[in-house]
Amino acid sequence: MTAPFRTAGGGRIDRTVTLDFTFGGRELTGHAGDTLASALLANGIHQVTTSIKLGRPRGITAAWAEDAGGLVQVEAPFPEPMLLATTIELFDGLVARGIPGQGRLAEVGDSAKYDAKHVHTDVLIVGSGPAGLRAALTAARAGARVVVVDEQSEPGGALLGSTDKIDETPALDWVAAVQDELAGFPDVLHLQRTTAFGHYDDGFVLALERRTDHLGGDAPTALSRQRIWRIRARHIMVATGAHERPVVFTDNDRPGIMLAASARTYLHRYGVKVGEQAVVFTTNDSAYAAAIDLHDAGVRINAVVDARPEAPQAWKAECDKRGISVRTDSVVTGTRGEQRVTHALVSRRVDHGETVPLSCDVLLVSGGWNPAVHLFSQARGKLRYDESLGAFLPAEQLPGVSVAGAANGVFDLASCLRAGRAAAAAALADLGFASPSVREVHTRGGDAATPPIVLWRVANVEREDSQFVDLQRDATVADLARAVRAGMRSMEHIKRYTTIGTAHDQGKTSGVISSGITAELLGTPIEDLGTTTFRPPYTPVAFAALAGRNRGTLFDPERVTALHDWHVGRNAVFEDVGQWKRPRYYPLPGESMETAVLRECAAVRASVGILDGSTLGKIDVQGPDSGALLDMIYTNMMSTLKVGMVRYGVMCGVDGMVIDDGTVMRLADDRFQIFTTTGGAAKILDWMEEWLQTEWPHLKVRLTSVTEQWATFPVVGPKSRDVVGAVFGDLDVSNEAFPFMAWRDTQLDGVPVRVARVSFSGELAFEVNVDGWHAPAVWERLITAGEKFRITPYGTETMHVLRAEKGYPIIGQDTDGTVSPQDLGMDWAVSKKKPDFIGKRSFSRQENLNPLRKQFVGLLPVDAETVLPEGAQIIEYVESGVIPPPPVPMLGHITSSYLSAELGRPFGLALVKGGRSRIGDTLHVPVDGTLVAVEVTSSVLVDPEGARRDG
Amino acid sequence: MQLIECPWCGPREETEFHYGGEAHVAYPADPQSLTDEQWAQFVFYRANPKGLFAERWSHHVGCRRWFNAIRDTATYQFHGVYRLDEQKPSPS
Repeated sequence: MTAPFRTAGGGRIDRTVTLDFTFGGRELTGHAGDTLASALLANGIHQVTTSIKLGRPRGITAAWAEDAGGLVQVEAPFPEPMLLATTIELFDGLVARGIPGQGRLAEVGDSAKYDAKHVHTDVLIVGSGPAGLRAALTAARAGARVVVVDEQSEPGGALLGSTDKIDETPALDWVAAVQDELAGFPDVLHLQRTTAFGHYDDGFVLALERRTDHLGGDAPTALSRQRIWRIRARHIMVATGAHERPVVFTDNDRPGIMLAASARTYLHRYGVKVGEQAVVFTTNDSAYAAAIDLHDAGVRINAVVDARPEAPQAWKAECDKRGISVRTDSVVTGTRGEQRVTHALVSRRVDHGETVPLSCDVLLVSGGWNPAVHLFSQARGKLRYDESLGAFLPAEQLPGVSVAGAANGVFDLASCLRAGRAAAAAALADLGFASPSVREVHTRGGDAATPPIVLWRVANVEREDSQFVDLQRDATVADLARAVRAGMRSMEHIKRYTTIGTAHDQGKTSGVISSGITAELLGTPIEDLGTTTFRPPYTPVAFAALAGRNRGTLFDPERVTALHDWHVGRNAVFEDVGQWKRPRYYPLPGESMETAVLRECAAVRASVGILDGSTLGKIDVQGPDSGALLDMIYTNMMSTLKVGMVRYGVMCGVDGMVIDDGTVMRLADDRFQIFTTTGGAAKILDWMEEWLQTEWPHLKVRLTSVTEQWATFPVVGPKSRDVVGAVFGDLDVSNEAFPFMAWRDTQLDGVPVRVARVSFSGELAFEVNVDGWHAPAVWERLITAGEKFRITPYGTETMHVLRAEKGYPIIGQDTDGTVSPQDLGMDWAVSKKKPDFIGKRSFSRQENLNPLRKQFVGLLPVDAETVLPEGAQIIEYVESGVIPPPPVPMLGHITSSYLSAELGRPFGLALVKGGRSRIGDTLHVPVDGTLVAVEVTSSVLVDPEGARRDG
Repeated sequence: MQLIECPWCGPREETEFHYGGEAHVAYPADPQSLTDEQWAQFVFYRANPKGLFAERWSHHVGCRRWFNAIRDTATYQFHGVYRLDEQKPSPS
């Protein structure tokens, strides 16, 4: 069945294909080539929804992205909110409904794919209307790499909604010929359904290609639904056309009131009559074409209301021929109708006089044209106000950017074609291409147009609250007046106060009008007010599209060690350390974290445990000056380290504050391997490179990250010597042959293994290093050999407890960038002999000698029960036991806090003002409103003599 | 996104680079001989002009090399890059 408002023939739709869809619960049909809006209008439906604040009926006001009225929620095939009926291409099975400014996101994950592609080009042309196509052809024939993007389903731009002719044949034949020719150039990329939404620095443009949206449920799942094109162009041509703008009058928001050229587009492109009888209200010539074409299609035109004193002669003659009454010097002052406009109220423009109600079911409005300068303005191009057009136009030449056609304020077809070609020729010359010969084409028309007048509104002081400037925001002339009365003078402020231009359309039709009306209210010229800044995106872009493939595990790469599968098999609970997944603890069935960690800690101190420390940063330092570089980077002396030995070192910034720590192995006279913290790996490599390159380029040193190449696992505890000795038969593990802070190379079945005697727990410990490929096998051997000692794999939590019991700080947990080695009690790691190293001079700065600096100490809760929260503040002991009124001086805070299996009680580490001089004092820690008494102790609570490290 | 000219790799996207602050602030030859105030000048104080500024950049995810650039802090525009062993170009 043909929809009631479908024309008998014509249009770009395929009438042989009928599509079923549901809108607001009604089952309807449309044709291939329809938008949801054109299919609704073909069925006589104008009202789409009600407005967000006032609940007023709202309908379709335009034919593309500038529509301010027709927001819908798609329900099927997949829920998506806040789409425009005018830009949804119709497909079979579409289910949608109108929404009053707010929709809902799907409650299930979007299964569609999104991706991105990069493209580099000589010329990017945005818009495949007459100017853009003419430019594309010129550039392509010159041999340039060309990208053409256009947001519509097919090329042609404004020609799709017109009856224009080029070379005496329909303009769309010319469009098709250009499209065919472009397709033959291997270096031309022509993308329709692709919106250039952002123009950034140095020829960078982002565009969104809607690849399968128009296919609905038939979309092949193998294809990405939408694609972001990241285009880098040597020259960008903005050929984006212009948006028609309305005139603001009382009750200008009723369904049936739409832009005149849009009505013409519905007729010519979609074969839809937007109503039965129309009134046309205009300030310029362009709306006459709509009046004539709609009349000829069978729509009764009850009047053309022209605000100008004189009607254009040629158009007047065409109207007379058809018996269309033209009322000059007249305006629409208001409308009637509820769900749909029923009357336009027309009166004389200046004296108003008698108001005549003219019946109509559509009121077609044209207040002139706003060139779509968005992409030019986004690149910080300056705009100027053109008085005759009542529009803002590009005011300057940006390097590598041109604006052609209607976007540049050129509206007739012949001029647009010429402008496209000329802009392309200029760009090609800039880029070093010879311009090809392009045959002139001929168009009709180009008759001198009668100048438009600029009319922002038909004022009515009593009804300003029904004069809508931004329909989507329900913002009116009254809101603008209120903003001005509140003292606002900048359009940026007024935009934010009134919310005009902040909806989905970002002020495509309302922005310039709000400047114009504000200028009238303030009595200042509009050129002084300007417009608000145009910002990306030009039309809304889904976050899913921007995210592309970078979702889930691809959002931020997960790094796993060579032993990850083993940890998973042992039910490890993982924690994120930077991008790394590290086992935190290995609970046995039924174990909580607390019991698991207590068990792991006890096992390590009593027998033997094994930890995957592969995430430690490792840097291979090579070259004859390696020692000299490390002497500057570390606070302690590294150049005196003997080959075969290991030294713990601390690194500071120039401000003398600790930035990282770790052990250093000397592998040869000219080679070291340094270990950084897991989180500091990349940062420290950068830090060292920076000094090497920018300050000491004379040093012959090369730095290479080997973090991923070496797996590292400490075997820790009194039985570790037995286990390591059993596995590595070639290795003499005796204390004499292999002392503390030494490393030895050995092998296991031909696999090289490096073992170091370093300890982050105070226990006898052997750190086994092996390449990642062989790590699982070596680990398994150690586990097997350790079985008789009940070797216990342990995670980062146990590691933290064990090191805290020994008072070893974790840089970044116990320090925060304001802590010096002296604050940590690590004077022993600061060389007195070296003439200089990074941070040295800062140690003697007055503030760093202050005895009241926060120092690193241990804390024991006096009740021997409370596990203090990390981050809790520390205050003086309060006799009364009640927190005194503020201000309460803070002495410091707790940096680490755990339950200790070894001590049989909780303990903490803290930074406390003058802390070392307060050892033995009792202080208070407020926890949830009560005070917990704590005793200040040395930071070393277990084995302060260091008796255990040699086993 | 800006294109930044790495002296070794040519024009690359801004996200490949790290900013390194003011250029030509040399590490003092003998820090121990400086007063607290002089040392603080080196550690904490940097120029912050509006307009052309000589800066350090590193092509962090590219060749990982440091270089210097003259950039306009008001427009962000790069007016030239030069290697660390090259003279700072005189203002044109």
